[in-house]
Amino acid sequence: MTTIESDTHAEGESAVESVTVRINNNDVSVARGATILDACTASGIDTPTICYAENLTPVNVCRVCVVEVTGNRTLVPSCSRLAEAGMEIQTDSDRVRHSRKMVLEFLGSSVDLSQAPEINQYSVRYEADVTRYVDDREVIEEPIRIQDELYIRDYDKCVLCYKCVEACGDDAQHTFAIAVAGRGFDNRVSTEFDVVLPDSACVYCGNCVAVCPTNALQFKSEFDLRRSESWREEEQTVTTTVCSYCGVGCNLELHVQDNEIVKVTSPVDHSVTHGNLCIKGRFGYQYVGN
Amino acid sequence: MFGAGGGTVSYAEIEEADVILLWGSNAREAHPIFFHHLMKGLDNGARMYSVDPRRTSSSKFADLWLGIDVGTDIALANAIAREIIHAGLANDDFIIRSTRGYEDFAAAVEPYTLDVAAEITGVPATAIREVAHAYATGGKSQILWTLGITEHHNAVDNVLSLCNLALLTGHVGRWGSGLVPLRGQNNVQGGGDMGALPDKLPGFQRIDDDADRTKFEAAYGMGLNPTPGIHLTLMFEAMERSELTAVYVVGENPADSEADVDRARALLSGLDCLVVQDIFLTRTAQLADVVLPASVAWAESDGTVTSSERRVQRVRGAVTPPGEARHDIDIIIDLADRMGVDLGTNEPEALWDELRSLSPLHAGMSYERLEAGGLQWPCPSLDHPGSPFLHGWLWADDLGGRAPAPFSVVEHEGPKEQLTEEFPLRLTTGRSLDSYNTGVQSNGFTSPIRYGEALDINPVDGESLGLSDGERVRVSSPRGSVEMAVRFQFDIPIGLTFTTYHFPDLVDINKLTNDAWDKRSGTSEFKAAAIRIDKIDFPIPMAGS
Repeated sequence: MTTIESDTHAEGESAVESVTVRINNNDVSVARGATILDACTASGIDTPTICYAENLTPVNVCRVCVVEVTGNRTLVPSCSRLAEAGMEIQTDSDRVRHSRKMVLEFLGSSVDLSQAPEINQYSVRYEADVTRYVDDREVIEEPIRIQDELYIRDYDKCVLCYKCVEACGDDAQHTFAIAVAGRGFDNRVSTEFDVVLPDSACVYCGNCVAVCPTNALQFKSEFDLRRSESWREEEQTVTTTVCSYCGVGCNLELHVQDNEIVKVTSPVDHSVTHGNLCIKGRFGYQYVGN
Repeated sequence: MFGAGGGTVSYAEIEEADVILLWGSNAREAHPIFFHHLMKGLDNGARMYSVDPRRTSSSKFADLWLGIDVGTDIALANAIAREIIHAGLANDDFIIRSTRGYEDFAAAVEPYTLDVAAEITGVPATAIREVAHAYATGGKSQILWTLGITEHHNAVDNVLSLCNLALLTGHVGRWGSGLVPLRGQNNVQGGGDMGALPDKLPGFQRIDDDADRTKFEAAYGMGLNPTPGIHLTLMFEAMERSELTAVYVVGENPADSEADVDRARALLSGLDCLVVQDIFLTRTAQLADVVLPASVAWAESDGTVTSSERRVQRVRGAVTPPGEARHDIDIIIDLADRMGVDLGTNEPEALWDELRSLSPLHAGMSYERLEAGGLQWPCPSLDHPGSPFLHGWLWADDLGGRAPAPFSVVEHEGPKEQLTEEFPLRLTTGRSLDSYNTGVQSNGFTSPIRYGEALDINPVDGESLGLSDGERVRVSSPRGSVEMAVRFQFDIPIGLTFTTYHFPDLVDINKLTNDAWDKRSGTSEFKAAAIRIDKIDFPIPMAGS
């Protein structure tokens, strides 16, 4: 008889220490190393985030997740500040609401958020008046960059959240094709010396596109359908399957509209991909149906 | 290895490894998302050594690149083993308790001194010594390989030479340490697991083992042929002898992918009957008497596939197949029906449950349990969590009642096809990031970073042949010739050339590759042909002129 013995992993599973914090006057316990955001989520509090993503190291730039911690002079970003025992946290105080509202008003005044439904919901929640500073949005008015058939870059929609830079960097991909260049109003995400993408280090994994919260980075398939006014997200189905190329076993989420695959993503909570894919997994589906 | 065909560790384990030997693998391009896990290991402080004839994009992340001559892997592995033994770094307790054949092995590697190996492999002795010491002294060390090890005429010996290193140091059967063949196709692991091997039933049970076979015979209510079948390479030899006259090809494109492809095409064309079941009209399908249009398994039907870490995962239908395309299962059931056999249900889950009732490795993997990210075999019961790594029995007091793991004596042979005055350059083939195999899938999208097929060559060789970068040349091996452009690459050592095999319609590179093959694995030596480059004297006429 053929027998193959199994082994289950036991090493490293020591008892995890927990810490207790007080959020909005309720105690909540989380594992040591968890953030305030984790603690908020554990207590059922929905915290707005823009630059935070589960699979990226927080860069603390959007300031929309800030909370009030007793004893701290300034508001603190909940996405990166670790929960400490005995912390007294307020997530919905006037000061927190006011700060979040200001952040959303500034963003709404200067960026095209027409394809950022999540941020627009935050604006409604915090009663942000995006016309408070300008009548209309003052975007930088750059032409959309369409260099190939895989994805486009629309700088008018960029909120400079750095997620794409992180996704290209040392959290997983290690390609480092893009960084934030320039100063002040010239601040923008750029390839080295602003060269076109095929001349940069870009390997077209699309992991930057997958994390963009505003569609500033957008798959060309989605862009084309939107332009012809035939992008109907509400009709789309999303099916999880496994990539057809190499043997790593990446999970794909196939977004299907009218029996055609229109976008491919990967589940952030999958142990193999953590939301990331390569060029083949992301764009290699186009033969299906042909 | 040691009984079951599967990588011994999980991807997550490399994130905690101390020493990584990436051997004959350009995982950065061929397994990009696995490379994310590997990078996490490097970020956590692991040292990586890359053994590859080319300075690949993976090698550039390594602490040290060992630019080995093509096909000299066994000399390198044996020298590493000898150095570990002589430096007193072998794991004597593990060797005594868990292995056998050590004395013969130690004697066999004795001639492979650092200097001898340096001479054979082209890798400096100091580098070999460094790798030996790092690998042996690392708390958790892994060896990973792909086709750089297995696409040789002595593929099995190559693999065994790496297994020897793990047995010598005890770097197997523990969390973080192991032996990892990275699988090149999305279900090549699952195919083998399901018994798509000439001598196996599902779950690595043997067709020629009476107890194993009887179980299947009882389940199906009929006798099964106990004689193992033959693998692809032997099939071509049987075609040559006219013993095999009818062939049914499912989802494979041998008319493009075989080494010495002209011979393969001639043999396929000479068959009495060739049936091809595929989603494309591949070159093989064009030769067929009957083509059965199939649906896309991963996007148009339900089922499972199994990854490099033995993780069984669900695939699900997301779109309906076009035209007359049908699910593979339905085609096979109908075909059996015409032959007078009722195969029963076509429901993927019911078929999977039948498999679970016969394969102990998979018994605990219900569809319901597979929903949450899959399970790794062995998973023998519904309450079993699955197995991140294999061969923990090597560390059990009584070895779980098994025989100790054997060392293997393997000797350096080198590539079958030696370089000659007529064919003085070495050709090796491999993958690039944005393309895949014979291109039938990956050529469906336009990649901005695809440069097409070119022969990568060191500029020194290029200039000594009087060539300029990008020039079209004639490339010949003892089997045939193709025309293609050269691409000057400093990452290719002098004397070596490299190309991919993704665009057979543009460059029919397998006209050149050598079909010398390993009698045990059936794999051809795609990695080592001898070639010559000639200038094309006359300009190629432009289309229409």
